[in-house]
Amino acid sequence: MTVLAAHYSHWVAIFLISAGMYILIARGNLLKKLIGLGILQTSVYLLYIAPGKLIGGTAPIVAEGFTLYSNPLPHVLILTAIVVGVATLALGLALVVRIREAYGTIEEDEILERD
Amino acid sequence: MEALIIHVLLTAMVVVIVALALTRNLFSVVVLSGIYSFLMATVLVALDAVDVAMTEAAVGAGVSTVLLLGALQLVASREAKPLHRPFLPLVVAIAVGGVLAYGSLGLPAFSDPQAPIHTHVAPRYLNDGPRETGVPNVVTAVLASYRGYDTLGETVVVFTAGAGVIALLRRRRKRPEEKQRKTDKEGKKA
Amino acid sequence: MKDDIILRVVAKLTMPFMLVFALYVQFHGDFGPGGGFQAGVIGAAAIVFYALIFGLRAGQRLVPEAVVEAMLAAGVLVYAGVGFAGLALGGAYLDYFVLDHDPVHGQHRGIFWVEAGVALTVSGVMLKLFYMFAGRGSAE
Repeated sequence: MTVLAAHYSHWVAIFLISAGMYILIARGNLLKKLIGLGILQTSVYLLYIAPGKLIGGTAPIVAEGFTLYSNPLPHVLILTAIVVGVATLALGLALVVRIREAYGTIEEDEILERD
Repeated sequence: MEALIIHVLLTAMVVVIVALALTRNLFSVVVLSGIYSFLMATVLVALDAVDVAMTEAAVGAGVSTVLLLGALQLVASREAKPLHRPFLPLVVAIAVGGVLAYGSLGLPAFSDPQAPIHTHVAPRYLNDGPRETGVPNVVTAVLASYRGYDTLGETVVVFTAGAGVIALLRRRRKRPEEKQRKTDKEGKKA
Repeated sequence: MKDDIILRVVAKLTMPFMLVFALYVQFHGDFGPGGGFQAGVIGAAAIVFYALIFGLRAGQRLVPEAVVEAMLAAGVLVYAGVGFAGLALGGAYLDYFVLDHDPVHGQHRGIFWVEAGVALTVSGVMLKLFYMFAGRGSAE
């Protein structure tokens, strides 16, 4: 029971990573693949930020009356990662739109047949 | 109590993802991904990551959903039923998840004050950051001052994404004239 | 959607608050959660909201394509320019403590201009992405 309480956040993040990877590999629809990639990225953020939390601490903004702060360094890294993730999504969506205009479909097996 | 809130929200996220994997209507999938981003932002607030939560709510649940809906109206399809059951990807995903879960047993427990992440470099930034930069928000101080070069790279990445989308989706106005010239050439050859 | 009077009135009432909130998040990023990225996205979201209710043409009249493309590039140039200013005033690239007579004030100035550059680029890119995706299907 204590193992579950100690590692639940890690295991949920790992489950979400595998779920995102499954959606990315198993589904043939290009739009769903992109959403699976987004889920994979978001769950990695969770895996990074959860260990930085201290129960009883507060946000890392130094102010009077607070002594315990959560770790600010993963926050900085993940801020950059979120913006890079949306940049990837935008370019992926532009490619999907062009593929649809060129092939008429966004299902992977139909595109491979028509190529 | 804090830990209970975090764990309940994490369980809700798992439920949303399972529903997303099984749905085939693409509009529902986009809405579910927006719900997932909002739940993620709430979990991040419970984990004291307030800057990250604001960015995730604005970018993940706001801009991502708008772009997905914009692309969806241009693509306008429904996901087709898979021809063969996805057995191999399921095995691969479960294997990767299992190996990662086995590796995570070596990680420190949730919210352990003696974990190396809290004793190594972070106290230096928390103690000296506001004094050296004059900015109480340590995340902004590290992002803009101590690691300013990385933020320059990130801004260039955002700019490149915009430039890439412009290059991919730009409208070429000469196309009708090019088509006319092509048919004229073919007419002259024949 | 511009024929619905409730949506029109609510949009006109809430847009100024969204823009002011974007500026608040930008400038109070030093003392609370916030900063360049969040402010840029909230500002772009206000214009996207206007374009959703009143039509893409009205949105493009409000913020023309040329202005958006200029904002996109200007943000990166401002950020790189702060770095070169540090170089010109005697320090290394992106050194903030040389920008003013007092190192802490120099840090304030550097962080202010850097966050402004980031907000410009991010809001320009988000708005341009919306214009490209929304304007693609209609006039083809």
